This record gives sequence, structure tokens and C-alpha cells, in this order.
Amino acid sequence: MSEKQLGKKVDRCLADGAIKLGTGLGLGIVFSVLFFKRHTWPISFGSGAGLGMAYANCQNDLRSHYLLHKSEKQEE
Amino acid sequence: MLRACLRGANATARNNYRRNPLTSVQHCRHYTAGDTSGATKVVAAGLLTLSSGIGGTILYAKWDHKFRAAVEKNVPYSDLLFNLALGPSSQEGLPIKKQMELAQPPSMMDKQVKASKTKLEKKVKEAAESPAKESSPATTQPAQSIEEECKECHDHKDTPVTAAVHPNTESPVAMEPLKERPVEEVTARLAKQDQEEQDILASVSATLEESLASSAKTTLQAIGAQEAALQAITQHTHKLKEAMEAEVPPQEKSAQWKDLEAALANRTCAVNDASTALLKANETLGSLKSVIDKSKGLKIAAVHPLVLAAEENLHSMIVDLDKVVTKVQSAESEAKIVSQYSELVNEAKQQFQREVSSLTPEIQANWKGLTGKLSADDLNALIAHAHRRIDQLNRELAEQRVREQIHIDAALEHQKLEDQKALEKAVNTRLQHVKEEARLEQERKLGELREVMEAEMRTQLRRQAAAHTDHVQDVLKVQEHELRAEAEQVLSSKMLEQETRYRQLNQEQLDNFTLDMNTAYARLKGMEEAIDSHVVAEEEARKAHQLWLSVEALNYALRTTDTDLPTMPLKSAAEAVRDSCHDNDFALALASALPEESLHRGVYSEASLRARFNSLRSLARRVALIDESHNSLYQYFLSYLQAALLFEDEQKAPPTQLSREDLDPFKLLSYASYCLEHGDLELAAKLVNQLRGETRRVVEDWLTEARLTLETRQVVSLLSAYANAVGLGTTQAP
Repeated sequence: MSEKQLGKKVDRCLADGAIKLGTGLGLGIVFSVLFFKRHTWPISFGSGAGLGMAYANCQNDLRSHYLLHKSEKQEE
Repeated sequence: MLRACLRGANATARNNYRRNPLTSVQHCRHYTAGDTSGATKVVAAGLLTLSSGIGGTILYAKWDHKFRAAVEKNVPYSDLLFNLALGPSSQEGLPIKKQMELAQPPSMMDKQVKASKTKLEKKVKEAAESPAKESSPATTQPAQSIEEECKECHDHKDTPVTAAVHPNTESPVAMEPLKERPVEEVTARLAKQDQEEQDILASVSATLEESLASSAKTTLQAIGAQEAALQAITQHTHKLKEAMEAEVPPQEKSAQWKDLEAALANRTCAVNDASTALLKANETLGSLKSVIDKSKGLKIAAVHPLVLAAEENLHSMIVDLDKVVTKVQSAESEAKIVSQYSELVNEAKQQFQREVSSLTPEIQANWKGLTGKLSADDLNALIAHAHRRIDQLNRELAEQRVREQIHIDAALEHQKLEDQKALEKAVNTRLQHVKEEARLEQERKLGELREVMEAEMRTQLRRQAAAHTDHVQDVLKVQEHELRAEAEQVLSSKMLEQETRYRQLNQEQLDNFTLDMNTAYARLKGMEEAIDSHVVAEEEARKAHQLWLSVEALNYALRTTDTDLPTMPLKSAAEAVRDSCHDNDFALALASALPEESLHRGVYSEASLRARFNSLRSLARRVALIDESHNSLYQYFLSYLQAALLFEDEQKAPPTQLSREDLDPFKLLSYASYCLEHGDLELAAKLVNQLRGETRRVVEDWLTEARLTLETRQVVSLLSAYANAVGLGTTQAP
């Protein structure tokens, strides 16, 4: 159902966001711990990167319908 | 606190009240202080007028009773007042009087009617008797008599009916049998009356004979006695005359006197006997007369001759008796004369004797026998006396002679008077006798005449009866002929009529039969054709019915939904429809126009679509700003914010024409909601179709589903309409 698509997308977004945030956070923590002497900047960097990636992914997912892909262009 | 408030309120109230009464009392005092006399004046005047009105009414009511009655009727309880003032109304006495009067007239009426009733009864009896008398025992005219009787009965019956009194049992019983069975009753009555007459006749004749015999006997006795008395009287007078006149020797004289005395005694005896006998005879004659009168009173014809004979006998007896009585009376008068003469003589003798004895006291009575006993003086005295007596007598004689004429005239007169009287008496008696004789003669003649007339009448009646019977016979014969001819004619005409009718009926029957046969044949033919056409039509109808049934099945299949679940696949139903209309292009086309999805999967119901729409409306609202150009996440956030902050009507009626402002998704959604709520899926789909962008993408599926449902429904409705039309077409109109 078309009305469920958005929900699904949002779910994916959220899930993806959570994962990416978590991963970034984790990597940041790891890097912060391992490589950057427990500075907070890698954590925030990592979570920020993760969040940004999740945002971008979500946005891309949400607008994917409106973007003509290369294959469709080629088909036209 | 509350109590304080209450106290305060009470205080204020009391203050207020205290103020008001003061003012009102002042007002009242002001009023009363001013015009006290005015009010009392008004009240007094009113009372005066009222009392005068009442008094006047009472007085007038006392005078005029009608007015009193009117007032009592109209004003309640005024009768109490009047009774108190005047006593009970005098009109109460009048109704009682009226009742009495009413009671009296009925009783008087009863008496009158009863009297009239008795009169009527008598009349009826007499009327019954008179026609019975007049009609002969041969009853040659029973009809007339019956008619007379009946008429009289009717007349008599009318008057008792008009008098409203319970009729006497006798007269109706007497009248009704007359009306009901006249002939028999008349004959019976006649016979009875004849019998009665006979009886009465016998009794009357017996009584008459008896009384006649007795009266005859007594009359004869009386006559005999009278004659004996006559004889005795005549004898006595004769003897007296002899005694007076004859100069006989004393022995014979004494014998004569003895004879005379005997005769006198005889005479008196005979006279007494005669008088008693006469009385007895008169008595019996009187009784006879009464019997005759009574029998005359019976008024029966047959009695008349007897009565007549009795009367004649009576008359003759009376006549004889009178004759004898006159004879006796004449003899008695003669005897009286003679006795008077003898008395005179005796008186003279007595006087002479007295004179002589006065002159010569010693001489005895029997002076004739004395011859030598008298002295000369006595003789001289006697002779002187005799001379004197002779002189006196001569003088008297002369006087008498002188007065002879006068005396004779007087005597004649006297005699004339007596003769006149006697004549008158005789004439009267004779007249009476003659009258009686004439009357008897008349009655005899009358009786004879009556008999003759009766005989004549009988003969006439007999003749008339004979003539009547002949006439009646002739008339009857003629009538018989006529009636027979008529009857035969009628019979023949009726027979003819019957025959013609019979023939007509036969013909009619034949015609009818042929007609019926023809009609039956035609009908049979028609029926066969009709049946054939019916078979065809039924086939058509069956097919149409089948189509309709299949369409109904399809329709039903459409309705088999749960919420959010589609219906059953319509494939089988559509197949059934297609099967049932494989010779009908239209239906086939329609059946094949069903969308594939509905066939395979089924369609959603409107309710489910509605619910779904309601659920996805919020989502659509949330992505209202997203379209091709605006689809970043920030836009998403903005659109979410818009949806949260924008409020529109839940449902709004869509306008007939959409303008540019109406293409706003929120508005569209509210229109669509309204349409859905009002069951217009089509319009909702149309409205939803106007959505663009992400909103459109969100509601895309719903739209397709709605389209599918609409399509299927349209096809099915068309099919059902078609099936209905076909079904209606195939049904035979009555």
C-alpha cells in the first residue's frame, strides 16, 4: 500500500539513523579512546558523521521517487 | 451570622410594615373622617329599594297568581318566600278539583254507556226478533235478514266501540256469532224463537182459558146471584105491596108480615150474595183483563185471536153483568119506592096510633081489634079527633091538590133529573159497551186482515223466491257458459303461447349450442396458441430470471466483505452471469467489462475504503508540502509542522465547481471526507484525484482501489438494471 511506504521509509530512516548514530558514536568512542586520547571530539565527530549520513540517507530515500534514475532516463 | 442576617431582615421588614399600616390607617381615617354620611346614605337607599322591591313583588303575587307562578318558576327559592309570606298557593286546590272532575265524568260516562249498552242489547234482541218474526220459517230470504242483522250488528257494534268501555260479554257474543255463521245461526234462532213462541202461546192460551173459565164461572155465579137477588127483591116488593094494600084478616096479616120479613131477609141475603158474587166476578174479570193485557204485551201474532176472543168474552160478561146489575138496581129503586110508601104508611099509622094513644092512653096499640072496650068519651074524643084529623087531612088534601101541580112538577123535575141521570148512566154504559164492541170488532177485523195479509205475503215471498231461484239458475247458466268460453280461450291462448315458447327455446338452445361450440373451438385454438407463446415467453422469462439471479449473486458477492478485507473474487459469479446470457451481447459485454482485479481478488467495500481514507487522511495531511521540488527532510519537518498547526473542517461540502483555492490538499481532503461520509465514493475519488505530489503518492493505492470498486459497482448495477428490465419485460402484464 502506498500509504504504508512513507511509514516504512521513516522506519528505515530511523533505524538507519539509530545504527549510524550508534556506529559513529561507537567508532568515535573507540577512536577517541584508542587514538585520540579520550578527547570528546572524535565521539561527537563520529556521532555527527553518523547522524549526517543517516539524514542524507533518509532524505535520499524519501525523495527517491522524484529522482529520475539513470536507467529510467535511458528507458525514456 | 445567618441569625444576624435574619434578625436584620426581620427588623427591616418590621420597620417597613410599621410604616405602611400607619399610612394606610391614616388614609382610612382620612376617608372615614370625611364622608361617613354618604356611605350610610347609599347603603340605606339600597336597602330601602331592595325591601320595597321585595314587598311589591309579594303584594302583586298575592293579587295575581300567574305572576306568582312565573316568579316561582324563574327565581329559585322564591316559592319558599311566598309560602312564608302568603301561605301555600291556592292553585294547589285546582288540580285536585280537576282530578275529581276527571274522575266523575268517566264514571258518568260508564253509566251512560252502560245504559246505552242495555238499550242496545234490547234493541238487538228486538231487532233479532223482528226480522225473525217477519221472515217466514221457510227462510226464503236469509240473505236479506242476515244483511239486516249484520247491518244492525254493525251499527250496534260501532256505538259500543266508540264508547271506550269494556264491552259487555253478552252483546259481542251475540253479535259475533251472527256475523260469523249467519245462516245456521239465523235458522237456529228462528227455530228457537218459534219454539219460544209456541211455548208462550201455549202458556198464554192456557192462562187465558183458565182465567176465562174462572171469570165465566164467577160471572155466571154473579149473574145467577143477581137474578136471584132480583127475584128476591121483586118478590119482596110484591109482598110489601100486597101487605100495604091488601086488607086481609089479622092472622093472614101476621103471616103476611112474617112472609114479608122472610122475604126481606131473603132479599137482604140475596142482595149480599149478589154483591159478593159481583165483587168476586169483578175481581176475576179484573184479573182476566190483566192477563189479557199481559198477553197483549207479549206481542206475538198467534196470541191475537185468543186475546181477541178472550176480550170478547170479557166484554160480553161485563155487558151481562151490567145488565143484570141495572135490572137489580131498577128493582131496588122500585123496592125503595115501595118501601118508602110502606114507611110513610107505617109512619102515618104510627102517628095516628100515637095521637090516639095520646088521646086515649088506655087504648092499646092494637086498636083495630078493639070494638067494645072503648067508652063513649073515648069514642067521642076519638071521633072528634078523627073529625079533626079528617079536617086536617081534607085541608091537607086541598092544600095538596092546590100544590098538586107544583108537587107534580117538582116530582116530575125530580123524576126527570133522576131519569136524566139514569139515562146518562145507561147511555154511558151503553156507549162504553158499544165502544168496546166496536174495538173488539176492529181488532177482530184487524186480526183477520193481518192473517190474510200474512198469507198473501207468504205467497208473494214464495213466488219471489221461486222467481229468484229461477233467475239465479239462469244467471248461473249464462255465467257458466261465459266462464267456460273464457277459460277455453285462455287455455288455448296459453297453450299456443307455451308451444311457441317451447319452439323458441328449442331453437335458442340449438343456436346457443352451436355458438358455444364455435366459441369453444376458437378458444381452444386461442388457448393452444397462447400456451405456445407462453412456453416461449416462459423460456425467455426463465432466462431472464436466471440472468437476474446470477446478477443478484454477483451483487451479493459484492456485499460479502469484512472491514479491510476485500470481497470474494467475483470470478465465479461473473462466469455464472456470462453463462446465463450467452445469447445477449449487451450482457456479455457488460460481464466482460468487469475489471480483472475484481475477478481475481475482489473489491473493497465502501466502508473499508472510508475507514482507510480516514486513517490515511492524517498521513496525507502530514506530507501536504512535499512534491517534486520540495522533498527534503526539512520540508518534511515543515509539512509535519503545518499539519500540526493547520486546522480545517473535518468535513466540508464540496462546491459544484472547484476553483484554484479549492485545490489545496487540506480542503480537498475535507471535501473528500464529506463526500465519503455522505456515501458519494465517486466524487470523493474525483476529489482525491486532484491531489498532487507526495500526497498523491500516498493516496494512490486507495484511489486505485476506489476506482476498482466504482468500476465493479457500475458494471454490476448496469447488469442488474438490465436484468431487471429484461425480467420486467418478460413478465406478463395483467
